[in-house]
Amino acid sequence: MHDFEYECPRTLADAVAILAKGDSRPLAGGTDLIDHMRTGRFRPALVVDVKKIPELGLLESNDKGLRIGAAVSCFRLQSSATVRDQYSAIADAVSIIGSVQVQSRASMGGNLCTSGPAADSAPALLALSAQCVIAGPKGNRTVPLEQFFTGPGKNVLQAGEILVEITCPAPAPKSGSNYRRFIPRNEMDIAVVGVGVSVTLDASGQTITAARIGLGAVGPTPILATEAAKKLIGKPATDENYKAAGEAARAQTSPIDDMRGTVEFRRHVTGVLVERSLREAVARARGESKYHSHVRIPCC
Amino acid sequence: MSRKRVVSCTINGSEQQFLCEPRQTLLSALRDTLDMTGTKEGCSNGNCGACTVVLDGRPVVSCLVLAVECDGSRVETIEGVAEPEKLAPVQNAFLENAALQCGICTPGFIMQTQALLKDNPNPTEEEIRFFLAGNLCRCTGYDKIVKAVQQTAETAGACKPGCCGGH
Repeated sequence: MHDFEYECPRTLADAVAILAKGDSRPLAGGTDLIDHMRTGRFRPALVVDVKKIPELGLLESNDKGLRIGAAVSCFRLQSSATVRDQYSAIADAVSIIGSVQVQSRASMGGNLCTSGPAADSAPALLALSAQCVIAGPKGNRTVPLEQFFTGPGKNVLQAGEILVEITCPAPAPKSGSNYRRFIPRNEMDIAVVGVGVSVTLDASGQTITAARIGLGAVGPTPILATEAAKKLIGKPATDENYKAAGEAARAQTSPIDDMRGTVEFRRHVTGVLVERSLREAVARARGESKYHSHVRIPCC
Repeated sequence: MSRKRVVSCTINGSEQQFLCEPRQTLLSALRDTLDMTGTKEGCSNGNCGACTVVLDGRPVVSCLVLAVECDGSRVETIEGVAEPEKLAPVQNAFLENAALQCGICTPGFIMQTQALLKDNPNPTEEEIRFFLAGNLCRCTGYDKIVKAVQQTAETAGACKPGCCGGH
């Protein structure tokens, strides 16, 4: 690995001041950054460890919503009963990013800032109306997640800016969400297609009153599939309508051919996953299903 | 060249201080600086799990941790698993089930197994396979490793009351 300096600021103001000097990279879980430095893709003169900054380690929820510090690990998110029960698409996503070892360290903020089109947390957070709180030399700003990504590996962060936290509004009663992906293996793989959905049902639990759909790995950035969601709002929660949403989602993709899948395959799978994810999210909204982990969450 | 940093941490229960360059990984500090070569280097990019250690109670791949980040941390490595002259149950189970051949992946599997059983003393086969999915073995085909983990869990005995929600 190339030679670099290391700083570990204790306050957000110090971090912004240090990052503003340029040629630096923030370090959270390091599971992308350290590998990218090892291969020479990134060669920052300075690595700024942001894990000791209180705002980036915050994880709290109240009746307004959920606040996730950008450096909070996937493991901490999985361990939160609130995340598992009320924001379950997030729990779905963070429990399949990398291995258990990677989840111990990797953060959702880092996953977003790496800005890979296949990032598992992005479709889930798009579905949950996430906002990115960014600090920088000119002050704070908030960007809706659908405006955060600008291309593969690229986002709106300017020099000296840092992602501080991700916020999600509290779900309305009778809401449910789900993230799922297609990979040719059972675990430890990168999404060929990833789909996150959230739905809200009316009091009867039969009609969809609100829906959002996020798509991953089917375009240069994660995609908020607004046209697909429109096919559901005000409609009964039926397989027929899920299928229409899946079909509309396919039309919003612009995938590439690569070793993980072809354009045609990715388009097809997008629709299939939208249908399945909607079925699961509706079941969760009705209280008929909930987040399931393959790894037992420690509780003692 | 960046100046070296002093890192103070607890390794296998004993206080340690060492010097490292910022670019050194925890894996490199353990093996090259502290001469603790039980932790193995496999892929160096976080995929194979050979370098798994337990950092502040959580299993991590030490190739994706900077040593300088570990100041003030607790690190547990394969060197801390056995007692003097006495292997830990997990080590005996790996031996008895022939759950290793070349042995490069074994320290990582042992550390990951310890991390699994700490939180989940009676895992199902599916839970074992998912928890160990970040550890690759090119020799055994995994079945023997899974059997060794199951035997370790059986040897350790049943769950204590209330320890994991009655699972």
